Amino acid sequence: MSWLSIVALAIQTAIGFQGASYALAASGLNLQFGYTGLSNFGHVGFLLVGAYGMGISADRGWSIWAGFALGIGAAIVLGLLLGIPTLRLRGDYLAIVTIAAAEILRLVANARPSEPLTGGSRGIGGLSGRLGFFEPNFIPEGRYGLGDSLVFNSRQLWSMLWTWGLVLLVTLLIRALVRSPFGRVLRSIREDEDAAKALGKNVVVFKLQSFVLGGTIGALAGAFIALDSGAVTPSRWIAPLTFALYTVVILGGAGTVWGPVAGAVVYWFVLDAVDGVLNNLWFDVSDTTSGAVRLALMGIGLMALMVFRPQGILGNKKEMLAGAR
Amino acid sequence: MDLAALVRSPRVLLALVALTVLWPAASASAQDGGGGSGAQAEEAGCAFTKAQAVEANGGPLGSAIWGRLCQVQDGKPTFPEGVAIVVRQGGDEVGRATTGADGVFVVALPGNGTYQVVLDPDTLPKGFALTDEDRATLDAVRVNLGDQQVTFRLGEDTRGKRDFSDYATTVAKGLRLGLILAVAAVGLSLVYGVTGLTNFAHAELVTFGAIVAYAINRAGVPFWITLPLAVAAGALAGTANDRLLWRPLRRRRMALLSMMVVSIGLSTALRNIFQIVFGPDGKRYTAASGQVERSFGPVRLTPNDLAIMGICVVVLVGMTLLLRRTRLGTAIRAVADNPDLASSSGIAVDRIITVVWALCGALAALGGILYGLSLNVKFDMGFLLLLSLFAAVVLGGLGNAYGAVLGAVVIGVVQETSGLLVDTAYKFVVALLVLILVLLVRPQGILGQRERFG
Repeated sequence: MSWLSIVALAIQTAIGFQGASYALAASGLNLQFGYTGLSNFGHVGFLLVGAYGMGISADRGWSIWAGFALGIGAAIVLGLLLGIPTLRLRGDYLAIVTIAAAEILRLVANARPSEPLTGGSRGIGGLSGRLGFFEPNFIPEGRYGLGDSLVFNSRQLWSMLWTWGLVLLVTLLIRALVRSPFGRVLRSIREDEDAAKALGKNVVVFKLQSFVLGGTIGALAGAFIALDSGAVTPSRWIAPLTFALYTVVILGGAGTVWGPVAGAVVYWFVLDAVDGVLNNLWFDVSDTTSGAVRLALMGIGLMALMVFRPQGILGNKKEMLAGAR
Repeated sequence: MDLAALVRSPRVLLALVALTVLWPAASASAQDGGGGSGAQAEEAGCAFTKAQAVEANGGPLGSAIWGRLCQVQDGKPTFPEGVAIVVRQGGDEVGRATTGADGVFVVALPGNGTYQVVLDPDTLPKGFALTDEDRATLDAVRVNLGDQQVTFRLGEDTRGKRDFSDYATTVAKGLRLGLILAVAAVGLSLVYGVTGLTNFAHAELVTFGAIVAYAINRAGVPFWITLPLAVAAGALAGTANDRLLWRPLRRRRMALLSMMVVSIGLSTALRNIFQIVFGPDGKRYTAASGQVERSFGPVRLTPNDLAIMGICVVVLVGMTLLLRRTRLGTAIRAVADNPDLASSSGIAVDRIITVVWALCGALAALGGILYGLSLNVKFDMGFLLLLSLFAAVVLGGLGNAYGAVLGAVVIGVVQETSGLLVDTAYKFVVALLVLILVLLVRPQGILGQRERFG
């Protein structure tokens, strides 16, 4: 495999569904963490309920729209359930409770007694067929792209079309939102909650709105991940996925409109390029080891970003460093 | 901690009430945990092996379906004689046997294949009965290797039934887990107290201790000598954590939320580096093998369990004395209470923080080693414990070291005993649910101070 094809494959992942779904999920996290300063470390829980909404809907023979409704509804309930008690407290509590809740959801979905609903550890498969996600696909069969490596088939393009389209929509929505008075209140909460409170803003309600909206966007991302892969399995929704989304948000620039998009594309490009290099070394690297190397690099990257360039690619350093506690 | 004031506090009572209300609710949804019965029947002497079958048969079995009927009565195995066992294939009888005085039956077969094996319940002697009447006929018994053992379960169903000793042992095991969690959590809580950092990478300090002990142990050093060495390595690791990373970041006045994200990056990086270096599989200390449970009153524990609990208690008492009775402990508490005030009264805050990090590393390492001794050593063992540790720390009150101990014991016991009430798959879930529910009622934790929160 040539270096050129490694780069081509990395670009394919970055602009393909992987990049799009991470951009979407990270947009929700960006609203919570980047704009409001909420430390939601259980974002993967929102993705999980979105994905299982689709899975359960497929299992019951309902439509794809019921799947979206179920996932989004569950995300709103989850957001309120976690937000109402913890958003009054200091950020640490939200961090711990969200990460715990996401883990609870995964363990419950994975447990044997939950099998009738979630399919247990095997999860639910064959759902894009049952929900007819690819049926309206008007893109003719074939290979589209450049050269041998940077190609997509019609199904991939269909997933990308929807997910990137939704990313655009959500990003424009967030742009409108953060430029409105509402967005200014969110940022003021991030900078100094007490000051916002002193100005008569009900900060808990603002934080709750941001939290629930961000979670809903996460659920949408989860739903599309389920549709694209055609299956939901509990082992996918683990805490490191949340941490990867944090890396995406910070890489792109927390609290910037296009940060999650830039972050997701760059994140997947780098990760996939590392993978390509690891698979083409003069000695063999097992899949387990290369996966671990990838994640280790992600962790080091996240630390280095936070320390040396907390504003990410698109951010404004002055804005990120304000607010010491 | 002023215990009297604690008990008088209505908030504490409320939290306790919440716990007790929660408990029956959990048991209402209780499921049959399963397990245990087979072991009980086998302990009573009902286990049967091919070697025994050959002996009972007085020669090789040849192509046959074989087994032994056995029922535990008054704790002793008894064997029914003269019970008819019929083997059919496609509706035709291909073989038949009756059990001897030893309960053994061997039905000769024409060869490999799939058979139906039927026990005639009418031929069972008085006092013997099938556990499940519907299991008198075993359909589709596959014989692939010449002979095949079949089992008919006799006697009352003991599955899911436990005696007092089982409950007591589970509580003791919960206490063991809770004490290990407490040792590992105290450091997390102390660091939070003096720096305000919620350190996700604490999990990796726990794993680090266990892995270092494993490496030294495998090099041939006896386990109980590796223990203090690995704890010292943990203290070094804690100090290095502070000197190389957290102190420079504090000097930069990095926001706590950002530091939390850095700790997540550190945790992810270290955990995966451990996996690369240590391998993905679980491994065991030499001292972990050959452990036999002994009875102590109603409780059955291994010598290791006792050693683990003993070490934990000694260390926790030592920590309390350190914090309460020494100048260092006073200084730590002063810094935790108000760093600026401590600094202006002549306490070298930065040095105290480094000492706290060293303590934190040592205690986390000890917790990891002991957890590894009770289970096994794995690259992500600390990460799997992390949520329980957080739960313990938050439950007791963030930044309160005694609270962390109390919270850890509660979480440990709840986690282990919940296996008795709900499906074991939900074990961790119960502990985390307790955490969330307590936060609803008493957000500052059991021993936390209310005025910390606005």
